[in-house]
Amino acid sequence: MGDRGKQPVPDILRGTLDLLVLKALSWGPTHGYGVARRIEEATNDLLAVGEGTLYPALHRLEERGWVTASWGTSENNRQAKFYSLTGAGRAQLRLESENWRRYAGAVFAVLDASPLK
Amino acid sequence: MRWTRFRSLFGLQPETDVDDELAFHIEMRTRELVNRGEPPERARELALHRFGDYESERRQCVAIDARRRRKMLWADYITEIYHDLRYGLRTLRRASGFTAAAVVTLAIGIGANAAVFSVVNSVLLRPLPYPHADQLVSVWHVAPGAPGRSGALALSPSMYFTYADENRIFQSVGVWTSGPMTITGLAEPEEVRGVQVTDGILQALSVPPLLGRWLDRSDQAPQGAATLMLTYSYWQRRFDGDPSVIGRTITAGARPREIVGVMPDGFRILDTDADVIVPLALDRSRLVLGGFAFNAIARLKPGTTIAEANADLARMLPIWMRSWRSTPGADVASWRITPAVRPLRQDVVGDISRVLWIVMATVGIVLLIACANVANLLLVRGQVRRQELAIRAAIGAGTGRIVRELLLESAWLGVIGGVLGLALALFGVRALVAAAPAGLPRLGEISVDPRALTFTIVLSLLSTLVFGLAPAVKSARPQISNALHSAGHALSGSPQSGRARNVLVVAQVALAAVLLVSAVLMIRSFQALRAVAPGFAEPESLQTTRVSIPASMAQQPAQLARMQQALVDELAAIPRVTSVAFSSSMPMDGIDPPWEGLETEGSAAAADEIRRPRRFKFVSPGLFETMGIRLVAGGDFTWTDVYETRAVVIVSENLARELWGTPLAAIGKRVRLNGDPPWRAVIGVAADVHDNGVDAPPPATVYWPVMVSRFTAAAPLFIARSVRFALRSPQAGTSAFVRAVQAAVWSVNKNLAVTSVRTMQDTYDRSLSRTSFTLVMLTIAAAVALVLAVVGVYGIVSYVVALQTRETGIRLALGQQPAAVVRMFVSRSLILVALGAVIGLGVAAAATRSMAFLLFGIRQVDPVTYVAVPGVLALAALLASYLPARRAGTLDPVDALRSQ
Repeated sequence: MGDRGKQPVPDILRGTLDLLVLKALSWGPTHGYGVARRIEEATNDLLAVGEGTLYPALHRLEERGWVTASWGTSENNRQAKFYSLTGAGRAQLRLESENWRRYAGAVFAVLDASPLK
Repeated sequence: MRWTRFRSLFGLQPETDVDDELAFHIEMRTRELVNRGEPPERARELALHRFGDYESERRQCVAIDARRRRKMLWADYITEIYHDLRYGLRTLRRASGFTAAAVVTLAIGIGANAAVFSVVNSVLLRPLPYPHADQLVSVWHVAPGAPGRSGALALSPSMYFTYADENRIFQSVGVWTSGPMTITGLAEPEEVRGVQVTDGILQALSVPPLLGRWLDRSDQAPQGAATLMLTYSYWQRRFDGDPSVIGRTITAGARPREIVGVMPDGFRILDTDADVIVPLALDRSRLVLGGFAFNAIARLKPGTTIAEANADLARMLPIWMRSWRSTPGADVASWRITPAVRPLRQDVVGDISRVLWIVMATVGIVLLIACANVANLLLVRGQVRRQELAIRAAIGAGTGRIVRELLLESAWLGVIGGVLGLALALFGVRALVAAAPAGLPRLGEISVDPRALTFTIVLSLLSTLVFGLAPAVKSARPQISNALHSAGHALSGSPQSGRARNVLVVAQVALAAVLLVSAVLMIRSFQALRAVAPGFAEPESLQTTRVSIPASMAQQPAQLARMQQALVDELAAIPRVTSVAFSSSMPMDGIDPPWEGLETEGSAAAADEIRRPRRFKFVSPGLFETMGIRLVAGGDFTWTDVYETRAVVIVSENLARELWGTPLAAIGKRVRLNGDPPWRAVIGVAADVHDNGVDAPPPATVYWPVMVSRFTAAAPLFIARSVRFALRSPQAGTSAFVRAVQAAVWSVNKNLAVTSVRTMQDTYDRSLSRTSFTLVMLTIAAAVALVLAVVGVYGIVSYVVALQTRETGIRLALGQQPAAVVRMFVSRSLILVALGAVIGLGVAAAATRSMAFLLFGIRQVDPVTYVAVPGVLALAALLASYLPARRAGTLDPVDALRSQ
């Protein structure tokens, strides 16, 4: 997709953005801005620049049926599009967390290994 | 999953949704930054920066949503259709009487069309069963300058050699001919169907041999080793499919031949079923220009056209004329021979295509009538369902939705009708093949193939549209208030749907009239044909069989004649046989007898007059008596005439009248073949015989004794080796009699083959088969059409009677006579029928012009037909409307008024 070079989002994050969004929504339905805030807090503002990439991710997840969306009223009485996780989305989140943990574990194992015992 | 809930969330424009969503984000972020103390302008800038590439993200979101929306609309649509289909099926199941009537009507219409289309497809549309069949052509010429020749001119052997040597346009070219051939030395001597081919025929057809090799140039040397190929069926029948036959020698046509190959199953040369294929060994050194007796097949080089082939042949014709000796008495140069190459398919299909297209058009009309009937049923049903539909419209179902629902209901009818129709077609095709006229080409290839299946499916859907669309649109636009108002008395037809029904009845009657006219014309033609005296008597008690005596059995003509007479004697000794004779050809047997020009003594006729072709037959003494052909003047041949080769002939009555005025005047006059053979005296005049079938005029015929000396200058003594015997016996046609005939022939010589045993009646029926096939097809179609139209009229009248029960009750209560009420209903329907009949007769007068070639003895606008058909229609309509109308007359006024 059209990710432009000027976005300083680390490449590695793009593959895991879906995972982050699913995780953020697992704490309860919220709108796009809410998702952005949850990720911001949990990751110590990893998405400081380029948080707009969340939106294509959300729409893609909706297309796949992992989240559903509906218009509702926000906490400050504005019309906002709320996303919530579906059953399929919850299963996907479990699957991807598992994969990510395995992958990360392997990477850490390499990083922590001492050279030539 | 309920998609509609989501669809409304998008609104119509995914863009607006996305814009709102992203705007909300920027606004929230800006507000947060303001809360943290940024000045509003700066805060908004920071929020946008933090967001990243706004336009790009927005575009992506819109694209994803649009894609999702399209998918959902589809899923939505499919779900709705699915529901409507289920609903339609439920509705149809509830109205089982209506459904059964509609489905059966459609099945008949579709089934008949699918069956006939299968035949048309197999015979006319499918390519011939050879590789790249579109390159195959047959080579003919026309010779407008040749006296007495009107049709196409086949190839002479010398032409073949010139074309094979000099052409630039063909991949290969060859000539072939067919004829019976006797195989001896296997079990019983057997006459088999043989095909003789030159090099180039098998090469052009390009079907590889199953075993061994093709016949080619090496087999063509007249004095070379004799060879032959077997066809698959003969190989299976006589050799049990033994592959070791290659290299074996069998005796065919009194000559030992080596088997060099076997052709695969289903291979034929054009439409000729053969058992053996032998080389046509033409002796180049003895050929002249003439002898135009051979069929030619050629394969064009890829990318060349028939026009180019004609041009190439035109180039070679002068070469041909220079290269060969001319035939005495035939000035070929003055014939203006012009090439006329045509696609090979045309040779195979021939004349039958017109008959098939007529039958196809006929069943097409039946289907239209069937559709009109079903449309009528649907209209009536639409009236009954007016309230249901009005209520659904009132609670918000759109017109489009209701039309679709009704159309899908019709589609069910179409599909069920189509499936049943296909089942009917599978039987129908078999029946058609069984009833097909003799000589229908490619009979064995007829089957219901994928193309016929597709045709049936398309036909079902098309008819669904034809019968379903108008009623659906009409019913879907009910005036809601009207329909709901009339809830108290549901049945009161709107004038609009009344008009639609009337139009349908008129159309049905008109179409039925067209078919009836065609059928009656065929019946009248057939009667006229049957009324023609064929020239011979009582064909059912005439048994005929062909016997060919090979040269190996009787080399000398006199020896051959004695053997033939011995056969006559043996056959005459069979109990209850009253007389026996034979002839080189029998009437209507499809074998084209020779014809030549005849010179009359003392006449100064022009050369063209002399060359006018006369049919020649070689007949034994007693033939006229056996066949029941009357001798108008003079007497018959005797065996003494035969053995002493006396110079005598018998002529047909029409020839006698043409040349000498009266039959009596012909006796004693002298004729001879063009050239200088001796004169022959006319000793008898025989009644005319319809030799080419009763629909063709009897040809002028010269009957010769079976053995003739100096028939032409070239042949000192001529005798026919292959002749057909005729036996007069009341037992003709029984299998015991056929066995007795066989035994009698074998008592003369054990190696004689008896072939094509049939009664003269079979031959006669076969000559009428094209007419009788068309007759049967048209009569069935017309009968079905008449029944459908009658059912249509009956249905409409009963419906109108039911509709106007109250009105009728009022009339009766006011004192109108029941008979007058009945008359009113009947006369209303008769007006419609009369209108339909008039239109139908007008259409028929134009449409039957295409079947003029099938008519015999009547004019195409035959007065009897054009009186009989309206009469039949009027009678049928009277019955169809009187029965339901009578019910109106017997109504009890009180009950009628109380009814809704």
